[in-house]
Parts: sequence; structure tokens; C-alpha cells
Amino acid sequence: MVLNEIDCRLIAEIQGGLPISNHPYAEVGERIGLSEEEVIERIEQMQESGIIKRMGIIVRHHELGYNANAMVVWDVPDEQIDEIGDKLGSQDCITLCYQRPRRLPDWPYNLFCMIHGKEKERVLEYIDNLVERLDLGHIPHKALFSGRRFKQRGAKYQ
Amino acid sequence: MDTIDRQIINQLQNAFPICDRPYQVMAESFGISEQELIERIEQMLEQKQLSRFGPMYHAERMGGGLSLCAMRLPDDQFDRVCEQVNSFPEVAHNYARDHKFNMWFVLATETPERIEEVLQEIEAVTGYPVYNMPKKEEFFIGLKFEL
Repeated sequence: MVLNEIDCRLIAEIQGGLPISNHPYAEVGERIGLSEEEVIERIEQMQESGIIKRMGIIVRHHELGYNANAMVVWDVPDEQIDEIGDKLGSQDCITLCYQRPRRLPDWPYNLFCMIHGKEKERVLEYIDNLVERLDLGHIPHKALFSGRRFKQRGAKYQ
Repeated sequence: MDTIDRQIINQLQNAFPICDRPYQVMAESFGISEQELIERIEQMLEQKQLSRFGPMYHAERMGGGLSLCAMRLPDDQFDRVCEQVNSFPEVAHNYARDHKFNMWFVLATETPERIEEVLQEIEAVTGYPVYNMPKKEEFFIGLKFEL
């Protein structure tokens, strides 16, 4: 899908959030000169083509009590990355799972997943359990817990 | 936060209807009125339990650049570098982590080429190398919190 100027205006208009009102799409349309139907149609197209990953609520996990947030990194042999990536990605509690490049010699890890929990101890237990259950004992891994958070915002589009 | 609030959060992280009365449609599935749903969402936004309510864009498919970057900083340099890094508008979020790679931030740029430029600017300003770790493959993106 190629975005035209109107799409870009729509993207910019709703990036901060949809109006919370009876006719949110009509309201958005009014601001940028589109009808409600046109807004709905364009948003549907953007969802189908994957430009909008999803529409919905974006939570503040800290404020909801999810304070133990671990980035678990694994040094997976390249030929096993798809198999192990799929396995880890399908677990409950794992919220993101990406392959990223190693930065040798300083950084050997190539598979990253996020686990959000309420307590650090529980997250560590969960990881141990995961290693055992998925038979990952031979894969070196590390859990990096987040400390201070300095910025949390989505990307901004003009 | 009561059972209905939790249901709202669990349900609305996944999907939001695209139709003329989306709040009406959702409210029916929770057995509450449209007005009540609107009030509950507004309240959760006000209390900052929700950061926003709307679309999550796919940066690369929109033609932009996105990458995870890490830095390895001496403790006594951390605060200075942190301030410098955060002053770049392309830095979307930034976390300290308990590892020798102790600063992790996400860059979101309007073009893919801009990632490399911003990295070089950050290195020049801070005097420390930035390790660029863009996504190569995605195995899961269901970022979701069950309450």
C-alpha cells in the first residue's frame, strides 16, 4: 500500500489517540476533511496492509504493577534460530521475540524476548522453568532487568 | 480498578472495532452502556494506567526506520550521556538495564537512512560507541498484559 497525503494526515491525526466519543471516526474525518466512511475505509486498508499493527489500548505497564521487566537475550546457533524463536515466541508471558544481529566480540546474543512480570523473583523462576521445559539448557542466556525509565512514547509521525 | 476495567483492558489491547459506533459495539460485549465505557476509558487515561488509545503503527512499513540501540557506559558518565541521548527527538524510549550494556533505547526515524545518521550524531556528542541492533526477524508481537 502506498500512502498518499491524506493517509499521512490521518496517521498524524490519530497517532496521539482516537477521540473517545460516540462517533470517533466521524470526528477524525471532520478535522481532516474526510467522511466517516472514508476514514473507516482507510483505517481498514492500513490494518490489512500491516501499516497499523493493531488498534486499541496501549497500557502503561509500570502503572499497572508490571515493574519487573526483563529483556532476556539468548545466544542461539544460527541454524536453530527459527525453531527456538518460534518456540519462545509462542509462550505466555513473552510479549516480544525478535532476532537481532550479534555485535561480536562484545555482544554475542542474537535472540531477544521481553518478559513482563510483577516481581523479579517470579520472572526469574519463570525463565528457569522455560529453559527446562523447552530444553534450552545448552543455549547461553541472560536476563537484563530494566531500571530507570527515561522516556516512553510512541514514534511520532508528521 | 474492578472486573469490568480489567476486561476492558484485556479485550481492548487486542482489537478495537472499526465501525461507526465502535464504543457502542464494545460496550455491548461487556454488558455496559456506551457512555459508561467512555467514562471508564477516560478515567483510566486520566489515572495514567493507559498511555493512549489508538493505533500502533508499523514503522518500517510506513517507510520509517526503527532500531534498538545499546551503550556501555561507566557509572559516572551515565547521567550526562542519558541526558544527551534523550535530547534527540528520534529516541522513542530509553531504559537503564542491569548489565555492562547499561543503556538501551529505541530509535524511530522518518527514513531508514536517518538511523545511521542519528547514531553517528549520538556517538559524536557523547564520545561513546552505540551498538545498533535492528530487528532481523520477528517471531511474535503480541505485546499484551493480562490483568
